[in-house]
Amino acid sequence: MTSPLTTNQIAWRAAQDIEDGAYVNLGIGLPVRVAQFQPPGREAIFHSENGILGFGAAPAPGDEDWDLINASKKSVTLKPGTAFFDHADSFAMVRGGHLDVAILGAYQVAENGDLANWSTGPRGVPAVGGAMDLVHGARRVAVITDHLTRKGEPKLVHRCTFPLTGLGCINRVYTSHAVVDIEDGRFVLREKLADLSLEALQAITGARLHIPGPVGELTAPEV
Amino acid sequence: MDKSLPDLAAAVAGIEDGMSVMIGGFGGSGAPIELIHALIGRFLATGHPRDLTVVNNNSGNGHVGLAAMIEHGMVAKLICSFPRSADPVVFTEQYLAGRIALELVPQGTLAERIRAGGAGIPAFYTPTSYGTDLAAGKPVAEFEGRHYVQERWLKADYALVKAETGDRLGNLTYRMAARNFGPLMCMAARKAIVQVARIVDPGGIDPEAVVTPGIFVQGVVEVADPAQEEALNRAGAAYPGAAA
Repeated sequence: MTSPLTTNQIAWRAAQDIEDGAYVNLGIGLPVRVAQFQPPGREAIFHSENGILGFGAAPAPGDEDWDLINASKKSVTLKPGTAFFDHADSFAMVRGGHLDVAILGAYQVAENGDLANWSTGPRGVPAVGGAMDLVHGARRVAVITDHLTRKGEPKLVHRCTFPLTGLGCINRVYTSHAVVDIEDGRFVLREKLADLSLEALQAITGARLHIPGPVGELTAPEV
Repeated sequence: MDKSLPDLAAAVAGIEDGMSVMIGGFGGSGAPIELIHALIGRFLATGHPRDLTVVNNNSGNGHVGLAAMIEHGMVAKLICSFPRSADPVVFTEQYLAGRIALELVPQGTLAERIRAGGAGIPAFYTPTSYGTDLAAGKPVAEFEGRHYVQERWLKADYALVKAETGDRLGNLTYRMAARNFGPLMCMAARKAIVQVARIVDPGGIDPEAVVTPGIFVQGVVEVADPAQEEALNRAGAAYPGAAA
């Protein structure tokens, strides 16, 4: 049977939907990998919450400038056309609806579009960063994630049980097994692994998958 | 007018017990390490200031800068968005032991609360955090069919900020992404104290290039070759002295 997509392949699949010239914010962790898989000929402009628009890839080790980091606090580089701005302007870009795409990680995504990705409960040190801002504002807010938790539990659920990041905010989910849109409070299946049966996919999904149209084949190159 | 200060000790001399202090920076970029260490130095010599409320995006990293302030017990409360880091042991231990209070604020809301504090806007509505635990107890209103949460301004007694070039009138430029919260915190604090790599005479900064106008700044102190938190931590530094 077809293997589930690796995390890099999930990021690759998400990158195929980003248009040339789109303004894009990639969340810390897995989502930042999306940047390296842009199709040839397309170039998005990446936004970083700490006040950079249009930054480039990581520098060679030893060439880091620690005044030039992204939201993950990793060293990045300048590109022609980079702009710097303060934090209020940065989140005006976010909340003001100026970003085209935001891609986030998730603990759980619910069929009503709710996202839980900042806390798994009251233990430890809570931290939220920009996640609650990013889910409000971008024209498309997508999640990339494995289809199941490490314990084998569905991450696509009827209703989130972890603390919410935002309500009704997610448009599309890219997983290791499927591409699912959220429309009218329902999961709508768009793509799935070729020889994964609908029944098998439904069995590892925590809410009903609706299939109003054709379902494409989810594939990605070795990356 | 001359807002330049003779040294770091003079720059932090006015900060007293129980005050609120905004500290610029996002992680290490823009962290005013020398100003923070001068404040710690005063605390170690005199026992003051203590019981501070600190506003920063993070909670420090390693054993220098803000983390060292927390480690030495100067901070009673932290207002921040992301109190985690690569080396978060100092804040984590004090928080879990109940020795430091935390007010967790979404990052964009934190920035806008500080901006509002500096702009004379006591409250505003934002979509951020609606329906989540972080909106608990806050007024909600509907505008054009969407729900928004009321958030209040954030002001402080002092801001400690790192900039690149400052003139004697307090006009500032920043260096790359080290700008982050600096311009907002200068606006929101009663006294904004800024360390700059270079102090120039008025006219030394192109008026078109000024990021923070001097009206928001009360003091500038020159630190010619400022330390980077990331570089200090990679070298295993601690303030003062070697890591335990």
